[in-house]
Amino acid sequence: MAEEAKNNEPSAPVLHVAPGPHLQDVNLTTRRMMLDVLIGLAPVIVAATIFFRQYAWLQFGVCVGTCCLSEAICSAIRRKPIPLPDLSAVVTGLILALSLPWNSPIYVSVIGSAVAIVLGKVIFGGLGQNIFNPAMVGRAFVMLSFAAAIGAPAYVLHTGENPANPIMDVVSGATPMTALKESGGVTPLLALLLGNTYGSLGETSALACLLGGMYLCIRRTASWEIPAGVILAAVVISSAIEGYLAATQGGGLLNFIGNGGHWGVLSEVLGGALLFGAFFIATDPVTSPLTPKGKFIFGLGVGIFIMFIRKLSVYPEGVMFAVLLMNSVTPLINRWTVPKPLGTK
Amino acid sequence: MEYLVELFLIAVGAALINNFVLTYFVGICPFIGVSRRVDMAFGMGCAVTFVMAIAATLSWVFTYYILRPDAPLATAVYHAFGGEGSSDLSILNYLVYIFLIASSVQLVEMYVRKFFPSLYKSFGVFLPLITTNCAILFSCLYILKMIVGAETPEQMWDLGQSLTLAVFAGVGFTIAIVIMAGIREELDLCDVPKPLRGAGITLLTAAILAMAFMSFAGVTKNLDALFKVDPAAAATSDAKSDANATPPTSAPTKVSTTQGVN
Repeated sequence: MAEEAKNNEPSAPVLHVAPGPHLQDVNLTTRRMMLDVLIGLAPVIVAATIFFRQYAWLQFGVCVGTCCLSEAICSAIRRKPIPLPDLSAVVTGLILALSLPWNSPIYVSVIGSAVAIVLGKVIFGGLGQNIFNPAMVGRAFVMLSFAAAIGAPAYVLHTGENPANPIMDVVSGATPMTALKESGGVTPLLALLLGNTYGSLGETSALACLLGGMYLCIRRTASWEIPAGVILAAVVISSAIEGYLAATQGGGLLNFIGNGGHWGVLSEVLGGALLFGAFFIATDPVTSPLTPKGKFIFGLGVGIFIMFIRKLSVYPEGVMFAVLLMNSVTPLINRWTVPKPLGTK
Repeated sequence: MEYLVELFLIAVGAALINNFVLTYFVGICPFIGVSRRVDMAFGMGCAVTFVMAIAATLSWVFTYYILRPDAPLATAVYHAFGGEGSSDLSILNYLVYIFLIASSVQLVEMYVRKFFPSLYKSFGVFLPLITTNCAILFSCLYILKMIVGAETPEQMWDLGQSLTLAVFAGVGFTIAIVIMAGIREELDLCDVPKPLRGAGITLLTAAILAMAFMSFAGVTKNLDALFKVDPAAAATSDAKSDANATPPTSAPTKVSTTQGVN
């Protein structure tokens, strides 16, 4: 990481997302940071383009366009300078689009984007002041309001190789996606890694999420503590479940990893939106805690809630809800993890 | 052991899954009114928990022995005065509950005024207003439902279950109001549009929080299945293949996949 930092060109210094005080640096702008997120999202966007073709770009266009439009209208109403050049609305729109299924109706995407900006951001005072992740507010709103259009019933369960093993995170609508279905011979784990499987636009390819996430972490636009916490919590909890299963009914090491017909620890981490959420959604610097310790606690909380919702709730995937729940306790985490100044008791 | 499991399920359900404020939307007025600062919110949460526990205990006693149809004490009195059959005083439910809640609030108020004068001042009108806090009446009515609505006398809630519900509903209220206070302290620094400041932004934030809490839909049922299937599976563990066919952890996930949302 240190070498990487040295190699960066001077115009794009490594960002330290941290509470003040900061040394002033004209290059450290919101725009630069959002550009970083966009670069980090590039592999995910490429994967979505490969697997979902033009449908992905339709969603991107609709969501980004609506987000920018709502941002502009709201700023105009409040008689504030229109903050579109900082690219935050673009990032919100993209993340929202990437968390929707490819066949989400246009009106649903439009409503989701508008809600994301207006209810998720503007009413709290705009960028930097929102409590909840705007994209997730928008998604939660449309998911609860239009459950038939983008919720679980709209997804047809894809049972992969083994019909006895419901891979509930890997879902899709009734689709013309023959290109996707050509993954027939691939083991589910590999499919989860590469992304030639069903799901929301951005979540199918774990590899792309990892690549983009690594970039964000190395650039320190995203703090590594958060994804580390999420993944650690998910691994520990699913290992405990696997351990319990192994103790009660037997099963080898392969079950732990999750190959072939078994949904194991690795499938739990690679499947669904866990990695996408851990790297791109939970790491939003506005809605996550300020200190490294707080960030790690935040990540752990997100991971625990994800597993809790996945295993016990009626919802197949819980990343969105987990992020919203932890966003709500972020002020409290900040309060309880105030670092001690050097020399004080 | 089974009883403890049941208490645990009631506790988790009341505190988190069916949070009174964020799932049933009761007790909103102190939730909005006293959530400006975290310490105040915590004090309010404790006061509500305390009142709820006292009111629930009293209301269980009154409901079980006097108010419910077939209540032993009321029936005995009824018979002593020459009545026949069984008594049914459920027409008095609300009256009695309000009276019980008001008297427990009075108790708390005297206690807080004597020992925490500053807290008493910061509560202001909201402390006596706990009397009309629907969360507390809701917990009394919930207990009433579990007593009167039980199919068999064995399923009627006893005092332990009622007290668990009340205490953990109070804990859930405290969690919700403290989270809200944390958010509102942060919102003080935010440039919230003028018309939305105060109650407006609080209600909108609560709405987003409630959306997040909707993720717990179905958890009660799955937890139930998880814990209550367990003893049955253990009983039939001689036929180990049976247990293999229905591992307890996979049961809830299957429910979730077939049910989907809603």
